[in-house]
Amino acid sequence: MSAPAPLLETRNLEVQIGRTIAVRGFDFRVAAGDRVAVLGCNGVGKSTLLAALAGLLPAQNGAVLCSGRVLSDWPAQALACHRGWLAQNPDDPFAASVLEAVLVGRHPWLGRFAWEGAEDRALASAALQAMGLAGFEVRNVQTLSGGERQRVAIAALLAQSPQLYLLDEPLSHLDLASQIRVLEHFQGLAETGAGVVLVAHDLNLALRWANRLLLLYGNGEWAAGPLSDLAHAEPLTRALGHPLRQIVSAGSPIFVPA
Amino acid sequence: MSDSLPLELSATMQRRRAAWVLVSLALLALLALVWALGSGEMAAGPADILAALSGGDSMAATVVRELRLPRALAAFACGGLLALAGALMQVLLRNPLADPYVLGVSGGASVAALCAMLLGLGALWIDAAAFLGALAAMGCVFGLARGEGSWTPTRLLLTGVVVAAGCGAVVSLLLTLAPDRTLRSMLFWLMGDAGAVTQPWPALIGLALGLALSLPAARELNLLARGERVARALGVATLRLRFGVFLVASLLTALAVTTVGAVGFVGLVVPHLLRLALGNDQRVLLPGSALAGGCLLLMADTLARTVVAPIQLPVGVLTALLGVPVFLWLLSRGPR
Repeated sequence: MSAPAPLLETRNLEVQIGRTIAVRGFDFRVAAGDRVAVLGCNGVGKSTLLAALAGLLPAQNGAVLCSGRVLSDWPAQALACHRGWLAQNPDDPFAASVLEAVLVGRHPWLGRFAWEGAEDRALASAALQAMGLAGFEVRNVQTLSGGERQRVAIAALLAQSPQLYLLDEPLSHLDLASQIRVLEHFQGLAETGAGVVLVAHDLNLALRWANRLLLLYGNGEWAAGPLSDLAHAEPLTRALGHPLRQIVSAGSPIFVPA
Repeated sequence: MSDSLPLELSATMQRRRAAWVLVSLALLALLALVWALGSGEMAAGPADILAALSGGDSMAATVVRELRLPRALAAFACGGLLALAGALMQVLLRNPLADPYVLGVSGGASVAALCAMLLGLGALWIDAAAFLGALAAMGCVFGLARGEGSWTPTRLLLTGVVVAAGCGAVVSLLLTLAPDRTLRSMLFWLMGDAGAVTQPWPALIGLALGLALSLPAARELNLLARGERVARALGVATLRLRFGVFLVASLLTALAVTTVGAVGFVGLVVPHLLRLALGNDQRVLLPGSALAGGCLLLMADTLARTVVAPIQLPVGVLTALLGVPVFLWLLSRGPR
């Protein structure tokens, strides 16, 4: 028996949008249990890469495989049950209840004419509770704060319950307590067999959470590896565009702007 | 801590409320139909209406069957078409201010219909011209907005608004050039008028087909309303869906405009009203809009031909006069 195919695998991937080359010659794997933090400067192509990994943007070159199967071979609905993607800055032009907004995540699991049942609602409400939004079900999404909306979007993704999570800045707009709550929840999911790729700007929070790093340097250059290889001042400085200094607090490294 | 009971309750309550609203709207439609068939210069009671529908040949029965019934059915169908098209456009463009005419469909129809009137063509030709004009505007917007494949709501909206503005200018030009004797019928056509309807069937069949096509995709439309990429990430073939919605909504609009002219307001406001009352689940909103739009236009048309009889008002004026206060009242009550 060979080992199961990784949740996500890329082969010689090249992703480009406009003039920005996000990655070139990108060979990367996400296995069950992996917590990958993606770091890089604004406009370096983090979101573009994530969308390409999710199959929402075409790649210039190379292949993306989910559980050993090339993305284009996946039926769209089955893929949606397998991998979830969190959009940056969700917006709501129409009024809708929080429960409706979260139930959206159940769509790929339902037949064309099926309605969401008690089980779906229970999953949605558990997801809201996990995001600290218990009791928000009947609120109108348009009356929520930015951070609450972000957590509703994450709850919808949790209701989708994929195995592979591609999260584009899930921590934006969140207060510290919610950031920790979100990170710990995804850590728990990874421990039960999910794979999580997360774009973040808070370096120290990301380092505290991740067990692997993906650094985008710009111009298609990248580095990926375990924390022991990449959580050092030099590669992080290169990825984040500002000199960093490492200090050690309670046994773990902390990076501060030099 | 969160007991699941209140949630269950609110979900069933929501669905029960939706069922209630749909049933009440269907009953309202029936009442509106009875009212429409019964009122006019020659009053007809329920007995006359029943007699008319079962093939009686008294004077009243003939009037009801030959004159009022086709007009009433056409008004209902067109109201439904416009409201359904409006609801679809609002999702397609992710903009609650979109209406069926925002992509220039009625502009194209108006230009072509007015040209036909200016040439002195008959009613059938005017209808045909209106439909072809609507299709031309539709194709124009679709082709231009597609460009290099980037088909964003904003780009579609801007293209539509510009095409509509161009059509508006041509309409003004045609009105300026028109001789006085055709000017009045042109203005009526532009404001929307059900008086010249001969056949209600195309609109009724169109409404049924429109619902049959859009309801199976209703849950996908819910996702589309939350964003194109979000929908795609959840497994929706958005390119195909959006093209289909564009096509269906435009054809429904073209059919309505061809039948009763460019009646305003129904397509913008009815989906809005329903959204305030029912939430934004397209599975309920689409059939609800069709029913409510039909009721609104049917009642407006009945008023239009009776309120200052024998003068007939253009129905488009009445839809606005009825709809504006209701809408403002609902809006002022705030979100549900």
